[in-house]
Amino acid sequence: MPEPFWRKYIFSQDHKVIGIQYGLTALAFLFFGFCLMMIMRWQLAYPETPVPLIGEFLWENGILLPEVYNSLGAMHGTIMIFLGVVPLAVGAFGNYFVPLQIGTIDMAFPKLNMTSYWSYFVGGVIMVASFFTPEGAARSGWTSYPPLADFEPGQTLWLIGMVFLITSSLLGSINIIVTIVQLRAPGLTWMRLPFFVWTQLVTSFLLVLAFPPLEAAAVLQLMDRVVGTSFFLPSGLVVSGEIISATGGGSPLLWQHLFWFLAHPEVYVLILPAMGIVCEVIANNTRKPIWGYKSLVYAAIFLGFMSFIVWAHHMFMTGMGATMSAFFQTTTMIISIPSVIILTAFFLSLWGGSIRYNTPMLFALAFLPMFGIGGLTGLPLGLAASDISLHDTYYVIGHFHYVVAPGTIFALFAGIYYWFPKMTGRKMNETLGKLHFWPSLIFMNGIFLPMFIQGLAGISRRLWDGGAIYSHAADTLWLNEVMSVSAWLLGLIQFVFIVNFFYSMKKGEKAGRNPWDATTLEWVAPSPPIAHGNFESDIEVHRSAYEYSVPGRKRDFTPQTEPKKSDN
Amino acid sequence: MEIPYTVKERPDTGLNNSKLGIWLFLASEVMLFGGLFSAYVFLRLGAPEGAFHEWGKELNVPLATLNTMVLITSSVTMVMSWASLKMNDFKKYKLYMGLTLLCAVIFLIVKYFEYTAKFDHHLYPSTNTFLAIYFTLTGLHGLHIIGGMIVMTYFWLPAGNKMWHSEPEHFANRIEIAGLYWHFVDLVWIFLFPILYLL
Repeated sequence: MPEPFWRKYIFSQDHKVIGIQYGLTALAFLFFGFCLMMIMRWQLAYPETPVPLIGEFLWENGILLPEVYNSLGAMHGTIMIFLGVVPLAVGAFGNYFVPLQIGTIDMAFPKLNMTSYWSYFVGGVIMVASFFTPEGAARSGWTSYPPLADFEPGQTLWLIGMVFLITSSLLGSINIIVTIVQLRAPGLTWMRLPFFVWTQLVTSFLLVLAFPPLEAAAVLQLMDRVVGTSFFLPSGLVVSGEIISATGGGSPLLWQHLFWFLAHPEVYVLILPAMGIVCEVIANNTRKPIWGYKSLVYAAIFLGFMSFIVWAHHMFMTGMGATMSAFFQTTTMIISIPSVIILTAFFLSLWGGSIRYNTPMLFALAFLPMFGIGGLTGLPLGLAASDISLHDTYYVIGHFHYVVAPGTIFALFAGIYYWFPKMTGRKMNETLGKLHFWPSLIFMNGIFLPMFIQGLAGISRRLWDGGAIYSHAADTLWLNEVMSVSAWLLGLIQFVFIVNFFYSMKKGEKAGRNPWDATTLEWVAPSPPIAHGNFESDIEVHRSAYEYSVPGRKRDFTPQTEPKKSDN
Repeated sequence: MEIPYTVKERPDTGLNNSKLGIWLFLASEVMLFGGLFSAYVFLRLGAPEGAFHEWGKELNVPLATLNTMVLITSSVTMVMSWASLKMNDFKKYKLYMGLTLLCAVIFLIVKYFEYTAKFDHHLYPSTNTFLAIYFTLTGLHGLHIIGGMIVMTYFWLPAGNKMWHSEPEHFANRIEIAGLYWHFVDLVWIFLFPILYLL
C-alpha cells in the first residue's frame, strides 16, 4: 500500500524527508533573516529617509522607526542562528547524511526525529508571528540582556519560541549521538568515520549539554516577566526615572552567565559542522587523503571540551575582576589552538593535490581564508585589555560575521552543491554555481571588511542612525553606503542560487550513484537513496574514509565498502 | 526494515538505543537543573547575610520530609515493578506500578497543600528571591513528576498489557527506562529538600 501524501512528505519519519524539510525551512528562514538586515542597512546608509518599496506600507512616512530597527536587529540574530544556520547544519545535513555516512537505514529514533522537526517549526512560527502582535517582535538583541529584556514588549513570545527551539535541538542532538554510537555499520570503527560524522557528534554533545542552561535562564526570565519575580532585577533599579515596583535582589549578570554558557558553545555548533562539510569536499576534490585525520578528530573533541570554559570572555566589561579575566583569557587563547590545527590540516591537504575547481570546492576553498580572518580577528577580543575598547563596536560584528557568513554559510553552500546530486539524482548547474560563488565572495567582503574599520574607529554596533552622532568617526561613515550596497547586491545574487536550485531539480544533468568519485558510504546508495532503508543491501566497511589516489591501485579512489583483498 | 539495537544490546557498546538515549536526556536534565541550582547559589550569595535562611523558615519541613519519604518509596516500588517483569510476573508489575503512581499522586497533593498555604499567607514568587527560586525549582520538579506520571499511566493501562504480550523484552526495557527517569526526578528532590528547606 503506498503511503498517503501527508505520511510521506509532511509527518514523515524517514530521516531523508525530515532532513529535506529541515533544509528547506532553514533556507527560507536564512533568506527571511537576511531580508530583515537589508531593511536595516537602508536606515544605516541613508538615515531617516523613507525605505523604498516597502517602507510606505509599514510605517508612517516610510521611515524605519527606532524600535522597529531594534526588533529587526534582535530577530535577525535569532533567526539566523537558531532558525537558519543550526537547523541547516545539524537538522538538515546531520539528519540526511549521518545515517548514510555510517551505512545505516535511519536515525535511531524516527518518531523523535519527526517531533524534533515539528517543534522547530512551531518555534519558528512563534518567532515570525511575534512580528504581527500589537507589541511587535522582541527588541532586546538576540542576547536578550536584562534588565532591558525584562521590560521590553515582545520578549515573552521570544522566550516561548526559544523553549520550542531548545526542545527541538535537544531531541535532535540526542538522536544524532545515539545514531552514531549505536548504528554504525559493521567494520566502521571510530577512526574510519568521515570527519563530518565526528563534527556532528561533537556538535550534538555541545547542544545536549549547553542548551539546558539557556532553557533554565529562559524559564527565569519568563517568571520575571509573567509572575513578577526579580531574578534579573537588582534592588533600587530605576526605569524611566522611577524606581521599579519589583522586590529586586536579583542580578542581571546571572542571565549573562547562563546565556553565554550556551552561546559560546553555540559558536562551535555553528562552525564544527561547517568544518566537517569542508573536509569532505576538500578530500574529494583534491583527490588526496585528508592531511592529519587523527589530529582533526582530536582537535574537534578538544575544541568541544574547551568551548565550555571560555564563556565569560563575552563579559570582560562587567567588571568581574582581574583573576576571572585572566582565567577566561587563557582558556580563550588555548581554544584557538585546535581551530588552527583544523584549518592548517585543511590547507596542508591542498598541497600537491590535483584540485578540481568545481562549485562545491570553490565554496570550500573560500571558507578557509574567510574563517581565517574571522578567527584571527577574534584574538584581540579574547584579551581583556583590547576588548575594552573594541567591545560592542562594529569590529565585533565584523569578526563573528566573518566566521558565520562567509565562513559557515559558504561551507553550507559547499555542502548543498556537493550533496545535491545525492538528494535529487541530478547535479546543480556549474556555470550558474560559479556565477553564484564569485559575486557572493566579493559582496560578502564588501559588507564585512569595512566593519573592522568602523569598529576600530569606535562606532557602536547598536546605533539606529549608523553612527551619525559620532563626530570622531565621521570620516568612516561613507563606508555605510558601501556595506549596504554590497548587502543588497548579495541578496540579489542569491536569486541565481534559487533559480539554479529549482531548475537543477527538474532539468539538471543526471547524476549516477557516485558523480564525484567519492569514497564515503553515502555514495554507495542510489541517488536519491531508497525511502525507509537507504541501501539495497547491508553495508560492510573495510577501510578508512579517505582512500584517494592510493599508489598502485587502478582507480584514484577506493570506496569504504571495497574489500581489502581487491587492493593492487 | 528494522532499526538495529532497539531491544537487544549492541555488543561493543553494551547498550540498547533507548538506554543510551535516556542517559543523554538525563545528562541534559542535569544541566537544566544545574543551571537553576547555580542561579540559587548566585542569588543566595547576593542576598543580605542570613536572608535566605530567614525567608526559608516559612517552609513546612515536616510536610517536605513526608514527601521525601513518599518519593523514595516510589523509587523502590518502581524498581520492584521492573524486577517483577524480569521475573515474568505481570500481576506484581501492575501492583507495584500502581503503588508508584499512588506515591506520585500523594506527593502532588502534599505539594498542593504546601503551595496554597504559602498563597494564603500572601507569600508569592514575587515576594522575595528565595520564594522566587523556591517556586521555580519545585514547580519545574512538579512538572517532571507529572510528565513521569503520564508515561507510567500509559504503561499501566491496558495499552501496557498489549505491549507485554506482544514484545515482553521490549516492554521490560521501556519500564527500565521510565524507571531511570523516575529515579532522576527523585534524585532532584533529594537535592532540593536540603537546599530549600534545611539550609
